[in-house]
Amino acid sequence: MRPEELVEFADGLYHDTEFSAPRAWRERNNGRKAIGYLPIYAPRELIDAAGMLPVGLLGGRGLIEIIRGDAYYQSYICQIPRSTVELALSGRYDFMDGFLFPSTCDVIRNLSGVWKVLFPNKYAHYLDVPQNFEKAIGGQYYERELRHLRKDLEGLAGRTISDDDLRASIARYNQNRQAISELFELRNAAPWRALATESYLILYAGCLLPVEEHTQLVRDYVAAVKQADRPMRDNARVLLTGAFCEQPPLGLIRTLEMAGCYIVWDDMSIGRRWLEQDVGLTGDPIEALSDAFLQHSITTAVKYEPTIDRTIPLRRLVEGARAEGVVFAAPSFCDPALLEQPMLTQALDRAGVPWTAFKYSENLGQFQVIREQAGTFADSIKLWSES
Amino acid sequence: MNVFCGIDLGSTTTKAVLLDERGDILGRGITNSRSNYFLAAEIAREEAFIGARFTLIDRELSRLSEGEKQSVGFRKRLLTQFRKQQILSQLHSLRDKSLEEAESDRYQEIRKVLHQKLSHIFVTMEEGIRRPRLNAGKKSDFFRDQASSEYSRLAESVAEESIPFELLMSIFDKVIILVENQRMDLTFEGNIRTALSACIDGDNAGLADSYEQAVARAAAIPLTEVRAIGTGYGRQRLPFPKDMIRSEILCHGLGANISFPGTATVLDIGGQDTKAIQVDARGIVTSFQMNDRCAAGCGRYLGYIADEMNLGVHELGPMAMTSTRHVKINSTCTVFAGAELRDRLTMGQRREDILAGLHRAIILRAMALLARSGGVSNEFTFTGGVANNQAAVAALRKLVAENYGERKLNISPDSIYTGALGAAHFALRAESESREEGASRVESAFGGSP
Amino acid sequence: MSHDTIKDQSMFKQKEMIAGHFSKLATAKETGRKVVYTFVPGNLTELLLSFDLLPVYPEINALQSGMRKKSGAYVTEAEKYGHSEDVCAYVKSDIGMLKSGNIGPTGEKLPPPDLLLLSYTGCFTFMKWFELLKREYDCPVVMLHVPYQGDGTMTPDMRKYVVDQIKGELIPKLEQLSGKAYDEDRLKECLRRSARAEDDLVWVLESARHRPSPIDGYFGGVYYIGPIFTAFRGTEDAIDYYRLLRAEVADRITKGLGPITPEGQMGPEKYRLVVEGPPNWTHFNEFWKMFYDEGAVVVASTYTRVGGVYDLGFRHDPERPLETLADYCGGCYTNRNLPSRIDLLCKYVTEYQADGLLINSIKSCNSFSAGQLMMMREVEKRTGKPAGFVETDLVDPRYFSAANIKNRLESYLQMIEQKRKGGTISQSPASEGVRRLEVLP
Repeated sequence: MRPEELVEFADGLYHDTEFSAPRAWRERNNGRKAIGYLPIYAPRELIDAAGMLPVGLLGGRGLIEIIRGDAYYQSYICQIPRSTVELALSGRYDFMDGFLFPSTCDVIRNLSGVWKVLFPNKYAHYLDVPQNFEKAIGGQYYERELRHLRKDLEGLAGRTISDDDLRASIARYNQNRQAISELFELRNAAPWRALATESYLILYAGCLLPVEEHTQLVRDYVAAVKQADRPMRDNARVLLTGAFCEQPPLGLIRTLEMAGCYIVWDDMSIGRRWLEQDVGLTGDPIEALSDAFLQHSITTAVKYEPTIDRTIPLRRLVEGARAEGVVFAAPSFCDPALLEQPMLTQALDRAGVPWTAFKYSENLGQFQVIREQAGTFADSIKLWSES
Repeated sequence: MNVFCGIDLGSTTTKAVLLDERGDILGRGITNSRSNYFLAAEIAREEAFIGARFTLIDRELSRLSEGEKQSVGFRKRLLTQFRKQQILSQLHSLRDKSLEEAESDRYQEIRKVLHQKLSHIFVTMEEGIRRPRLNAGKKSDFFRDQASSEYSRLAESVAEESIPFELLMSIFDKVIILVENQRMDLTFEGNIRTALSACIDGDNAGLADSYEQAVARAAAIPLTEVRAIGTGYGRQRLPFPKDMIRSEILCHGLGANISFPGTATVLDIGGQDTKAIQVDARGIVTSFQMNDRCAAGCGRYLGYIADEMNLGVHELGPMAMTSTRHVKINSTCTVFAGAELRDRLTMGQRREDILAGLHRAIILRAMALLARSGGVSNEFTFTGGVANNQAAVAALRKLVAENYGERKLNISPDSIYTGALGAAHFALRAESESREEGASRVESAFGGSP
Repeated sequence: MSHDTIKDQSMFKQKEMIAGHFSKLATAKETGRKVVYTFVPGNLTELLLSFDLLPVYPEINALQSGMRKKSGAYVTEAEKYGHSEDVCAYVKSDIGMLKSGNIGPTGEKLPPPDLLLLSYTGCFTFMKWFELLKREYDCPVVMLHVPYQGDGTMTPDMRKYVVDQIKGELIPKLEQLSGKAYDEDRLKECLRRSARAEDDLVWVLESARHRPSPIDGYFGGVYYIGPIFTAFRGTEDAIDYYRLLRAEVADRITKGLGPITPEGQMGPEKYRLVVEGPPNWTHFNEFWKMFYDEGAVVVASTYTRVGGVYDLGFRHDPERPLETLADYCGGCYTNRNLPSRIDLLCKYVTEYQADGLLINSIKSCNSFSAGQLMMMREVEKRTGKPAGFVETDLVDPRYFSAANIKNRLESYLQMIEQKRKGGTISQSPASEGVRRLEVLP
């Protein structure tokens, strides 16, 4: 298959604001339910193990007009909660029976409460992941939480989730993580092949497809681009960070690429790459999920980092990805990304790594300023860096 | 005759409305707002009283048995002459003060030539007022604006190296403030006699006596301002005693309900703020939301866009209506208005389509505010300068229908007086309440009849 | 203004307590007392005191900076260091103060922290705040993760998690820091004292049920919650303070007096309001004046529960020392889910016979603000009382526009007034009769 065909398929999914793909899945699979989860990280394995479809909800992404959603949020709060409310109030979320709200920030947290009031007939659960990473303390707590969630999901699905079910699901998601990992390795090694915008669409599809189908899509894409004849450009290799919750519009990612950047790593789909290693397949699967969380979670702004200097992972990434610079793109009003930023930029300054920063919102309509800024940044890297 | 006055100090204009005891509108006045709140209120109030006098003249004239058609024409001419008198008074003041300013030391070198040029300008301006002229599409009815555009046109033509355009304008800018902030006799009595004699000529000489008597009768009716209520908000205190102030939101809600008695929801998009108001059957506010910290989506925003496009604000709506393609504009931030517009034009988007998108974006913001205030109930009254914009109205109609269903949409070209109308009705109601309490008649802050 | 002997004693007492605390802080290095920075929601003052540690609350520093008109410069300073205009102004004020020499409200330099106790309660931004401070001070941090009451209760699992952290992480660190062993008896003593003070605090807060209310439960209230929310809970001083305060308030009730304002005795009570949201600190008195000038008293507020909710029955329980600390933390206002917050607001509107709810929406604070518009609609629906909405900020003076706020507030109060006259609301306040309005014929 040609990569363009796969990308077209993924693009169709991306632009579909009626969620036809998961709706069709429900129709094909009589009686099976869908559970939506907000950014960033949710243990999808549990949902999948119950025979339900986890659906990643990333707001309106600038594709829908906000009419009712704005009535619930003041102007100094980011866009994603208002577009999420809009999607729900306009009936586009009606195919889902439950919603998980992970502990990302206070806006997402409070959104769980807004949901309980506006949609009292839908399951809405706030999932507090531990900020303590001791197995005996945070681990124990998280396992208890996961067991509660398991019970709730069993209730929704109308069936039990056996340990075998869960292990099988974990195995499927391990495969998915591996496939995504390969994709990122390819973006690192040959960014002119696995272009950022294409890769984004392929990864986004993971919000809407059953995990095995998504794994196949990713693998097919990686294989296809490895074969494809694509020209190499003299673009600056950059990391893109900060866009882990409210998503930038597709046009923004394209703009960065057109401005001369190869985005060799980004955290836009970090929810699906939260665990940097496979989850164990032996023993108690709940414990395995918890252990993986405690030991192999990616460093990110919304997670407490007790053991190391939290700027180290970024610097390691820069080295590992042979990145020449870092682009900080944060949604307006995003406390996690914007409060993290000065810590990271100061560390990069000390390490002599160039960076640039801007804000966006999911419904940003024109990219002139960003194009110029990114272009200047890429140019300066190419002119002044030692290759 | 007992009258009740409402005065609304807005950010751009100050309005006054006078009601009789039955709640009928006797007169309305409007002037541009200025830093001296008291004066702005005074002038608007006097204009309203003048309006009332003309209403009374109308009533008297309508009782004349003969020459009905002619009396309508007479009344029009009388008003025109009256306005002319008012403008001339202000023009003379402007002229006198400008010439005085030209005498100051800093212009010593060029005094003679400057005096010549200024005189020429003012003579030409006065001629332009006295002689009937084809209307050159004036932007506004206020003296300041008319004078400014005419003066600057003439200044450009007479300017030369030693007396540049900027110097002439600087004199104007300095003096106009003095003119605006001084009390002048712009009142009825001061100018009606002159206006009247200018109206009597060969054609209506036979009716001259009847007309003069009708005017005299109307002028003689005592207008006693029983109570006045002020509204509006600004950095300084409003120039009224505390118990005579009502919030502009309440005045606006009541005014809209008086103008359109079925009103349940009011949307006001003003120059700098937007208000969404829910009112009950008596016109009393039950809920409201305001967007006043940022002018995005307000009248001023359209002003910026108009400037950017080199158009008049009144041209934006019609142009937007000719749009054929849907252009989605997400932000109505005035800070970036210019940049965003230029950007889109260079991207090849058409002005008409961009404008249509802008109007929709403005209305979307208003819809959010309406939703926060409690939605759009029947009937829905739309007020403020933007309500005169057909593209905005079209967008509003569509979005209301899509989100709330059938709603009767009320728009009045006089909606700028809504706040003052509501204030006047509060004055009326306050009077009735105090009468109920058996209180004696209270002297209004401005006291007596003008 | 008359000077009663009973009145003002509590105020003097509080001033003394605060001065004492700051002088201890100023001499911490000399006396060898270790300093712990922590947050108001979820503060474990009793535990710290049992180790003879000195607590410092950067939030309090920030609000003090706001009241002293210094925060504007601090915020700008922080923005120069790369902080966004979109983020929490408390954090920026703190960073700015740090960069400007860390001079505290008494004019003395504040001691740097020996430990950052990250009590992660009710606010995500706390995490970033102490991560930033850690980099500035290069000192140890201990995280106490208090789970959010997502489903409206503190479950046994959540309690266990907090207790495990206190036992497994916090106490060992405090022992290490102080050089003392954990003394549970001493902790229990502190908790016993806390409970006694809490009784009087609740009495004071609930005194606003009287008509007229003897206190302002928001502007006045922030002074009353000082000792219980900060370095004094668990001390004899706090017990004394609240006893004095209670007596003063009781005296006002006997005399039928309303609250004292910065300009003296408030005039007649015309409006009773419940306020949701933190106050504005940079224009605190100006904001308060807008209320009392109109005869508006705040009878209950949620901000005065941000450091602990005591009027639903909770008291610190010395018999279960660590569990009670966990329950205390979990119950802080911003750690409760939105439906519980709505329940609390409705309860206040009804039980305190309020004319309505006013929301002071804070630009910087997502924890309070995100979802307030929904809460407003719900409270209106459930109580039938009108809600008002103003927008300010905590300590960024650029976001306080007096004219706009006054306009909205006055409109809201006039709206209530007009409704009373029309008699269309279900409960008319005792002081106003129902009137029929007639326009003249």
